[in-house]
Amino acid sequence: MTRPLSSGRTHPLDPEGAPPLLDISGLTVTIHDKTILDAISLQIAAGEIVALTGESGSGKSITAFATMGLLPSVAKATGRISLDGEDLLSQPESRLCALRGNAMGMIFQEPMTALNPVQTIGAQVMETILIHADATRAAGEDARPPIRAEERAREVLDRVGLPQDRFPLSRYPHELSGGQRQRVVIAMAIALRPALLIADEPTTALDVTTQAQILDLLGELVREDGMALMMITHDLAVVSDMADRIAVMRKGEIVEQGPTATLFAQMRHPYTRALFEASRHKADLGQTRPENTLLRVEGVSRDYALPRTKLFAPRAHFRAVDRVSFDIRRGERVGLVGESGCGKSTLTRAILGLEAVAEGRITLDGEPVFTEGHPNLAVRRKMQVVFQDPYGSFNPRHRVDRLITEPFHLLPDPPKGAARTQAIADALTAVGLQPGDAGKYIHAFSGGQRQRIAIARALIIRPELIVFDEAVSALDVRVRAQILDLMAQLSRDYGLTYLFISHDLSVVRSITDRVLVMRAGRIVEQGVTTEVFDTPAHAYTRALVAAAPTLPEEGAS
Amino acid sequence: MLRYALKRLASLIVSLAVASVVIFLVVEVAPGDPASFMLGINARPDTVAALRAELGLDASPLQRYLAWVGGMLTGDFGTSYTYRTPVSEMIGDRLWISLPLAIYALTLSTLIAFPAGILAASRRGSPRDIGVMAATQLGVAIPNFWFAMLLVLLFAINLRWFSAGGFPGWDNPFQAMKALTLPAIALALPQAAILARVMRSALIDILSEDFIRTARAKGLTRGQALRRHGLRNALIPVLTIIGLQFSFLLAGAIIIEQVFFLPGLGRLIFQSITQRDLIVVESVVMLLVFAVILVNFLVDLAYAAVDPRLRTRA
Repeated sequence: MTRPLSSGRTHPLDPEGAPPLLDISGLTVTIHDKTILDAISLQIAAGEIVALTGESGSGKSITAFATMGLLPSVAKATGRISLDGEDLLSQPESRLCALRGNAMGMIFQEPMTALNPVQTIGAQVMETILIHADATRAAGEDARPPIRAEERAREVLDRVGLPQDRFPLSRYPHELSGGQRQRVVIAMAIALRPALLIADEPTTALDVTTQAQILDLLGELVREDGMALMMITHDLAVVSDMADRIAVMRKGEIVEQGPTATLFAQMRHPYTRALFEASRHKADLGQTRPENTLLRVEGVSRDYALPRTKLFAPRAHFRAVDRVSFDIRRGERVGLVGESGCGKSTLTRAILGLEAVAEGRITLDGEPVFTEGHPNLAVRRKMQVVFQDPYGSFNPRHRVDRLITEPFHLLPDPPKGAARTQAIADALTAVGLQPGDAGKYIHAFSGGQRQRIAIARALIIRPELIVFDEAVSALDVRVRAQILDLMAQLSRDYGLTYLFISHDLSVVRSITDRVLVMRAGRIVEQGVTTEVFDTPAHAYTRALVAAAPTLPEEGAS
Repeated sequence: MLRYALKRLASLIVSLAVASVVIFLVVEVAPGDPASFMLGINARPDTVAALRAELGLDASPLQRYLAWVGGMLTGDFGTSYTYRTPVSEMIGDRLWISLPLAIYALTLSTLIAFPAGILAASRRGSPRDIGVMAATQLGVAIPNFWFAMLLVLLFAINLRWFSAGGFPGWDNPFQAMKALTLPAIALALPQAAILARVMRSALIDILSEDFIRTARAKGLTRGQALRRHGLRNALIPVLTIIGLQFSFLLAGAIIIEQVFFLPGLGRLIFQSITQRDLIVVESVVMLLVFAVILVNFLVDLAYAAVDPRLRTRA
């Protein structure tokens, strides 16, 4: 995977030369008297990529929305945002509508929902062109030759890598993958060749190889069309390769900004350093003590029936998991990586005994996880799962004590009274919370604390195996580093075995001893984590590792 | 799309078959002799026997079921015991009032509800929104017969623009529509209130979707984003309610029919039930079931026309 935009290429702002295309100065945004952005200043020149980075709630997206004039109506913005010399904050809504999509375009984080499901992609791309053609005509300033909307839509879809033969204008969004949809969103944003493109976490929801392709595409657009790109991301590694300059945001302020290489080399602000260190954090796993086999997966396959293509034809099947075999020994921390649709989730459900398998056997400590159409309770007691979403996986109406004691129903004789209270206190203490937190509701906790509670819930019945399903993917880097440390410590203290499922290679690298690489339902490579990532044997693993964004070595310039 | 339509059609036919069996079982095979039930407890045994013969109750249930279904398929619904006239004629006459009335009322309700719902949703929390919500609250709460009487008082008695009731027949379509106007308004009002609320909440949900934000980033105004991207997506729940309302309007207009002295289907059912004219009841119920299932079928087709994802999923 080549990345044409290397960090060697920079566009330092020339203080003597032309004014920057986008000039934000002293921008303050308040919502109900709460300051969301505090007097930030940021300049982007044409042809320059400036990254805005920081943790959730730092004000990155608000900066983008303020620039687009799309702040929620309760927000008040003061200061100055000038685009090509025009002050945006003082423009009426009608002028902003004429600028949006025309002089400035925006790409969003979630491609799956960013497109209207009931309109073809052609109609949606053409709309950008038509809406501005109408507006120009209405304003009587029809100086430009009219753009043939359909022709231009076709051209711009070709440009973003969606060629006519496979992606005619008549396609609907649901017929496209996430990466392809993001390309359509990009096509809509660049259809009128805007001078400024804002990308708000454009690749966060995508797989690593897709992410690399989209980043390449964005870099190419900037280089070839001379657009200015404001790139918002929480992932320093994503922008370390492509941004000319980086601005680090924290709690509504820009704490540090500068050319990428200089910023990484100096890291003057402690917050920048903390972010950087958290991003490349390696949890202390301690010694692995290889013991006997705990989980054994033998020749497991799982099929899904596809919808019939003809009325009376037999149903076709899709093999989501294809003759997968592996062992996990007691005390091991094993990672399972692969892109969306590779069968990770199906395999996880089978291991948890939630679904029957078509062929093969899964045993934990020699006992099958699934018997006679039910999860085997005797085995389920020995394994627990922690999910990705720290917000959706708790019932908001239950208190913490009730939430974390849910697994007790798996026990033949759950602890009661003082023993139960003690178990709750122990579990909460183990994950770094207070026993007193037991009486609180879940909304009182932050994302990281919720994930601690999720771990406490898994821990409370002292399982042998914990399955982490993208358990840290939704967390900010510093919180993620803390949770990874907690996981490592618990594994050391209690001798726990982990199966760690993730699409994020850097996380898997930091928390596992061994890794399995899965693709199209099969395990294509497995081995010691550092060996697999440093010297990948399979072509797919090589592609994955190459596509994964990496941070520069510390101190390198 | 064709596959989807065929699938829906197959499901329509199965539903109809099941419904016919259920209706037949309930009315004819359930304990108790329809003939003696229809004639009442004081009937003479020979009258009951004569009616049994006339109704064909001597035959086996299966033969009777087949005869009934076969008759309906060929347009022969049997003969009303009370009126001694073919049921098909009775239903036909009534249907020519009830069907246009239902369509009229539904059209009015849609014409009121769509703009009201859109108006309320486009500026949520504004005085416009609050006004529309208050009006719909009132519309749902007011009993339609009372509203109907107010309409009669105002437009028929005081202003003398419309007649207070009755139906002149379709010889003069203008007069016929005029006679149906007050009943249609009375029927439409509560339906419009419900529909406007559904439209509003569906639109508000859609307006918070990511693709609306995308549309705004393309340069669409709020109104354009709502019209071009919001409306069609909000139609699915609205279509569901419209389908339900049509079925209700077809047969549920009985109170309004009474107020305006309209000989519609609702009154026919009511009369046949009180007169124990089971042949009529059976046929009208079957007809209504058919109408409901047909409307659902049309709503399903409309879903697919609105949402391309349904066409392929099927």
